Amino acid sequence: MGIRFILMVNKQGQTRLAQYYEWLTLEERRALEGEIVRKCLARNDQQQCSFVEHRNYKIVYRRYASLFFMVGVDDDENELAILEFIHLLVETMDKHFGNVCELDIMFHLEKAHFMLEEMVMNGCIVETSKANILSPIQLMDKAH
Amino acid sequence: MDTFFSGTRLSDMIRAIRASKTAAEERAVVRKECAAIRASINENEQDYRHRDLAKLMFIHMLGYPTHFGQMECLKLIASTGFPEKRIGYLGLMLLLDERQEVLMLVTNSLKQDLNHTNQYIVGLALCALGNICSAEMARDLAPEVERLLQFRDPNIRKKAALCAIRIIRKVPDLSENFTNPAASLLKEKHHGVLITGVHLCTEICIVSPEALEYFRKKCTEGLVKTLRGIANSPYSPEYDVAGITDPFLHIRLLKLLRILGQGDAEASDRMNDILAQVASKTESNKNAGNAILYECVQTIMSIEENGGLRVLAINILGKFLSNRDNNIRYVALNMLMRALTVDSKAVQRHRATILECVKDSDASIQKRALELIYLLVNENNVKPLAKELIEYLEVSEQDFKGDLTAKICSIVEKFAPEKIWYIDQMLKVLSEAGNYVKEDVWHALIVVITNAPDLHGYTVRALYRALHTSCEQETLVRVAIWCIGEYADLLVNNNGMLELEEPITVTESDAVDVVETAIKHHTSDVTTKAMALIALLKISSRFPSCSERVKSIIGQNKGSFVLELQQRSMEFSSVIQKHQNIRSSLVERMPVLDEATFSGRRAGSLPTAVSTSGKSSLSIPNGVVKAAAPLVDLLDLSSDDAPAPTSSSANFLQDLLGVDLTQPSPHPVSGTMQPSKAGADILLDLLSVGSPAPSSINGDLLSVHAKNAPVATNDTILSSPTAPSSMMDLLDGFEDKVPIYPSIVAFESSTLKIEFNFTKQPENPQATDIVASFTNLTPNVFTDFLFQAAVPKFLQLHLDPSSSNSLTANGNIKQTMRVTNSQHGKKPMVMRMRVGYKIDGKDMLEEGQINNFPREL
Repeated sequence: MGIRFILMVNKQGQTRLAQYYEWLTLEERRALEGEIVRKCLARNDQQQCSFVEHRNYKIVYRRYASLFFMVGVDDDENELAILEFIHLLVETMDKHFGNVCELDIMFHLEKAHFMLEEMVMNGCIVETSKANILSPIQLMDKAH
Repeated sequence: MDTFFSGTRLSDMIRAIRASKTAAEERAVVRKECAAIRASINENEQDYRHRDLAKLMFIHMLGYPTHFGQMECLKLIASTGFPEKRIGYLGLMLLLDERQEVLMLVTNSLKQDLNHTNQYIVGLALCALGNICSAEMARDLAPEVERLLQFRDPNIRKKAALCAIRIIRKVPDLSENFTNPAASLLKEKHHGVLITGVHLCTEICIVSPEALEYFRKKCTEGLVKTLRGIANSPYSPEYDVAGITDPFLHIRLLKLLRILGQGDAEASDRMNDILAQVASKTESNKNAGNAILYECVQTIMSIEENGGLRVLAINILGKFLSNRDNNIRYVALNMLMRALTVDSKAVQRHRATILECVKDSDASIQKRALELIYLLVNENNVKPLAKELIEYLEVSEQDFKGDLTAKICSIVEKFAPEKIWYIDQMLKVLSEAGNYVKEDVWHALIVVITNAPDLHGYTVRALYRALHTSCEQETLVRVAIWCIGEYADLLVNNNGMLELEEPITVTESDAVDVVETAIKHHTSDVTTKAMALIALLKISSRFPSCSERVKSIIGQNKGSFVLELQQRSMEFSSVIQKHQNIRSSLVERMPVLDEATFSGRRAGSLPTAVSTSGKSSLSIPNGVVKAAAPLVDLLDLSSDDAPAPTSSSANFLQDLLGVDLTQPSPHPVSGTMQPSKAGADILLDLLSVGSPAPSSINGDLLSVHAKNAPVATNDTILSSPTAPSSMMDLLDGFEDKVPIYPSIVAFESSTLKIEFNFTKQPENPQATDIVASFTNLTPNVFTDFLFQAAVPKFLQLHLDPSSSNSLTANGNIKQTMRVTNSQHGKKPMVMRMRVGYKIDGKDMLEEGQINNFPREL
């Protein structure tokens, strides 16, 4: 229910971050990622909307520079809200890393995961205040 | 060497993977790393454990198997340092799922961590629990989570709330425990807790209706106040998104209000004001604002009727629909589908815009718009809508064509106001996208065509024209060939012209040309070729001058490797060559196929319906003859019109099957009317039929005779299903006649007694109606009772189905038959008969000759 998975994929189709909220086997995941990425990459952002229907759920996606953020949701979820959520995620990461780019996410994968975990739990959006999200992570960095 | 590798940091490994230029290189790097990690695990190294796990997570994300690292997660979770625990829990959530048994081992660690003094560790544990707990873990740890719902730290409270959601989903019974704490969460000030609290309440309401009532009564006011507070709140930098404070919270609250207000007028009343305020005041130039409006409209549509609000909602949707942003339009289409149930007139107003959306370049919008149009179609607007859709069919893309065709066909079929319009539209669709049309659609089209006799000429001429322009659409070719074969004379003679038609001249050889092209075309498949062969036969019968040419075309297929084609071409050549006398009656005009039965069958999706109505595929020969079996398949439809009797002689049929018959000269006769050569060998054939597993050929032969329906013999000569001889039932009510002839005991044995009662119609002295009465003389039950009879050539016999198939002990069943004696008065009637039945599964057979007919018959 709610969010099924969150993916960050670059333009060549390589997955940079994958968080699933329902269980899929490895082969299923790879197949799913491949199909979705192909569909999203083929679309033209200016003329087409950001929602793709794939099997029994919807994919809401947005492209930021070289990275595609894709969120798979159930049919009854508010798509525009998910678009907002994607933007919030990007802004949060931007605030933490400072001008975040794809390499930042790659080399600090666990931090990106921590941030995502603070924001989404079990497919539901938990926290939307950047300050609240980043405080535990900043604490941890200080402790290190 | 291994220890060197395990010393690499995560970033080095990532760099190495990125530097690989080929997939094989990448695999090599990953393999080396995995081996190093495995070695490190074996050595039980503390220091590098979390680094290893981080590497494992990256590798897992790339898609390689990493199950050997699962125990590492557990060890990390059990350690005391916060970073180790953090990575351990992260690894736990990524690499494991709730179905793994390893998870049970974590339960104890989780319990300890939930009671930890450090609230961040508690938070970690809650997170992990919330993401992957299984039902047993949920039960174990539920009391802890409940306690944490009232913790002093809001971060913990919000995580506990989401954890509670998962627990409730896994174990719905526990929802009662959480109802009260959830209600108190709704009064929070902290947004995070508020969002999760609202979410928790939503879940509880879905799971338990009593809780729903409780929330409705107690909390609706509070929720409305909160929403008002948020909507009116001043700028707050923490939660601000594009000028609106915390749109996520807005949306969640609206969702909960929706659930509370659905079906309950009182709760809906209380929400009206705030909904109106949100709907009118929210700015719609930013995405966040639109998201809130979307949710608001959804809520308005779901709660109880309020005219003013509904109008407001539909206006918002209208604005969305004309927005240039594709996202907004998509969302509007989605919403309109749900609004259709509520207020369809309003949606009809936007029909034009929706039609535009069908032609949009965006695939998602196209699909949604098409579904919406499909729901909007009614009798008034079907014509213009269908016209637009068909025009669009010509330019649409390939992947969309399939969907579009299916929808157009079903619209046209459901709402066609007149037959001629229906046929027109279907012709257009077939010309454009015939290859996407499904089987039952064009079968239905043929049924409709036969049901419109005044349109036959028009239809066949239109099809002829269409065939010249688009001959690569297989379905169109099939329908056209069928019609040309059936109505070839109308085509050539320009019969039944309607005013709007232009006259075309088609000569007989043109018609043959067209069919010949279809056979020879390289894209035609077996079905089409088979249909073409029979169409040629029909043409040769209607235009005898073309017979020679037709014969040569058919003859070319005699050597075909496909059995069906070879069979047909052999049979039809033989018909044309040797049996001109029966040819015309063989391929007479098809009787009208009954639409009601057809659609009923189609709904019940009997496989036979499709094959026999299409006349193109092989129907399965049913070897067993049962005089009492009712006709099961589509051919029953011809009961609407009395079919003209065929004069298929036994000679002809024997010829057809001549190759397969083993007996030298017998002519099986049972049942139907035509004169047949009754030799002393009659019984030889009856013998083959009566056996439990008759050879299918002989069985077919008899079944053909028994059936007698010309409809069947037209197209499925050899492979005809069984039928009773009731098709030719012209005998009604003859039982009322007073018997004026003595009845005879035709046959008597220790187990069975057969009596014949005779009546004659006064106007027809040659015909006698016989009622045969079978009496079971044993205390056993007879099942599968079957009576067969054979008569000499000068007699015609017609057998009706018996009253039942089984005889109870000392029971009695009746069967009627009619015998016509062409040598009436000169020769007496004789009859050979045979009876088959089963006692306790064992087959019994009795036969005999009846010579004691009264002389006057």
